[in-house]
Amino acid sequence: MIEIKDLHKSYQMGSNSLHVLKGINFNVKKGELVSIMGSSGSGKSTLLNILGILDEADEGSYILDNTSIKNLSEKIAAEYRNKFLGFIFQSFNLINYKNAIDNVALPLYYQGVGRKERNDKALHYLEKVGLANWATHLPNELSGGQKQRVAIARALASDPKVLLADEPTGALDTKTSYEVMELIQNINDEGKTILLVTHEPDIAQMTKRIVDLKDGLIINDTRIEPVKAKAHV
Amino acid sequence: MFDIERWEEIFEAISKNKLRTFLTGLSVGSGIFILIILLGIGNGMKNGIQSKFEEDSASLIVLWTEATSMEYKGLNENRKIDFTLDDFNYAGKRYKSEVAEATTRYRRWGALTTYKKESGSYALVGAMPDMLSIENASLNAGRFISEDDLKNNAKVTCIGIQVAYDLFKDYNKAVGEYIQANNIQYKVIGVYSDPGGERDNTKLFVPRTTMAQIYNNKENVGELFYTLTPESNFDKTNEKSEKFLSQFKSYLRKKHNVHPDDLKAIQSHSSLDEAKKFINLNRIMSLFFWGIGILTLIAGIVGVSNIMLIIVKERTKEIGIRKALGAQPGSIITMILHESIFITTISGFIGLFLSLALLQFAGPEIKSEFILNPSVNFGVAVTTVILLIVAGAIAGYLPARHASKIKPIIALRDE
Repeated sequence: MIEIKDLHKSYQMGSNSLHVLKGINFNVKKGELVSIMGSSGSGKSTLLNILGILDEADEGSYILDNTSIKNLSEKIAAEYRNKFLGFIFQSFNLINYKNAIDNVALPLYYQGVGRKERNDKALHYLEKVGLANWATHLPNELSGGQKQRVAIARALASDPKVLLADEPTGALDTKTSYEVMELIQNINDEGKTILLVTHEPDIAQMTKRIVDLKDGLIINDTRIEPVKAKAHV
Repeated sequence: MFDIERWEEIFEAISKNKLRTFLTGLSVGSGIFILIILLGIGNGMKNGIQSKFEEDSASLIVLWTEATSMEYKGLNENRKIDFTLDDFNYAGKRYKSEVAEATTRYRRWGALTTYKKESGSYALVGAMPDMLSIENASLNAGRFISEDDLKNNAKVTCIGIQVAYDLFKDYNKAVGEYIQANNIQYKVIGVYSDPGGERDNTKLFVPRTTMAQIYNNKENVGELFYTLTPESNFDKTNEKSEKFLSQFKSYLRKKHNVHPDDLKAIQSHSSLDEAKKFINLNRIMSLFFWGIGILTLIAGIVGVSNIMLIIVKERTKEIGIRKALGAQPGSIITMILHESIFITTISGFIGLFLSLALLQFAGPEIKSEFILNPSVNFGVAVTTVILLIVAGAIAGYLPARHASKIKPIIALRDE
């Protein structure tokens, strides 16, 4: 699903160049649930941004679902993001003046899906995350866990190939974190490929594979038997 | 444009920030309001000037002679010249389609006039039938001089209403009576009144031919009066009148052996000259009004642009989210543009409507000599509407482009 070869990325900080990714090689197959770990400055967010087509690598190749991601125009990048990827953010990033169902339906709006179908689908995914009764509520009427679940529903709405989660539990308490992880595990069990960035070991233990990043290089890549989040809830 | 979703998005964004939207709209609305009011006043001034000079016969031209000021073809300077009947008739034939009315005027001042025991001293004026309307006078009783009177050298007269009061006390008693002027007896055929004032109402109009016979001045017809048929606008009328004058005067100089550069011998006056000064002044003021109006509008547009820029800044994160979810740069641009055009158009229309309403209701109440019925025509209203939409687009474009360049990665960075 994801094939990365020899990926490099530098940032220009004034006159200094900051080499963030120093040659990442990394493959993800369909149906995997991968956590990317590392301290801050290790390059994990940069890697996720490149994977999310929000940023572009300087060197190396990135193939997503047999499509080479290189030198894309903004238009094509937007199209690929919409088609291939679902994003889950630490701070949820819901649009605060839109209610839950409209937030979930937004990726479908950009796909040009008609209003009725869009709302049906959005409601379906809200049901899936257990928030069908909250469909008409605005984000500020929801709890943190609920917001993240709306965001997950939104990420799922366009039926993407890969879900990218950037610290999805970073802003949540432990109990809510596990609830969210349970949802993520369930989605993975249905066959969705999921990558998540975290620095919490207990969250990483709930994935099937842990990739450790340090100073722009992968120092460890192990497959594990995931801890079921349900047991902790 | 007719995408319901987009409209919903706009209304959501607008209703979220009512005060800001109101202030934005106010700047454009008041800009349009001021522009339209200024244009209306400009138009009102134009109307005022036009109606003022329309009171006199619109394009009256008077020609008269003075002594020559240059020698020419062996003739001395200071030679007296007179217009003849041929001169007068030449213009009527040569400019048949241009000349609306024409008359000669031969005056004798201080004609002692008596009726029974009453008497007075009045001007005796030899004229033709068109004189009545050229003078803008109207009849109170009887009739004016006719073509038949001219043909028959009839000793008839149409007297001013002041003369009638002096001699008859009641102007209704004047018609049909006989009066003596400079010892010649005339039959009173009518009484006229001239809005010009008392002096204009102390004249005795008699047929041109009668005057010529009595005072033996067949070769000298006096001054020449012409009015020209009006054109669709002032400029054309003016152009026509100038062309008529310059051609006719050079013809007259040639015919009377006046040096072509001798401007003194043949004099003229056009009623348009004065109007022209006012019209030119008015034109400058109109331009000035347009200038102020447009500048006000630009200030409004800059205001909108500024506010849209702030909106974009505030919504940076939202735009980043949208882009991460797959929004095309184009759709972001149209989203911002759409909102900006919508705000400018709606507030502009409100300004337009209010200003038109004010002109409509308050306009006729303005009783000033210089401003009459201030209004704007449909064309101007349409122009401002187009201006508005263009303005909205300009106001929105820079912020929209700015928004489309927002990188989602930067917008989504957690603080």
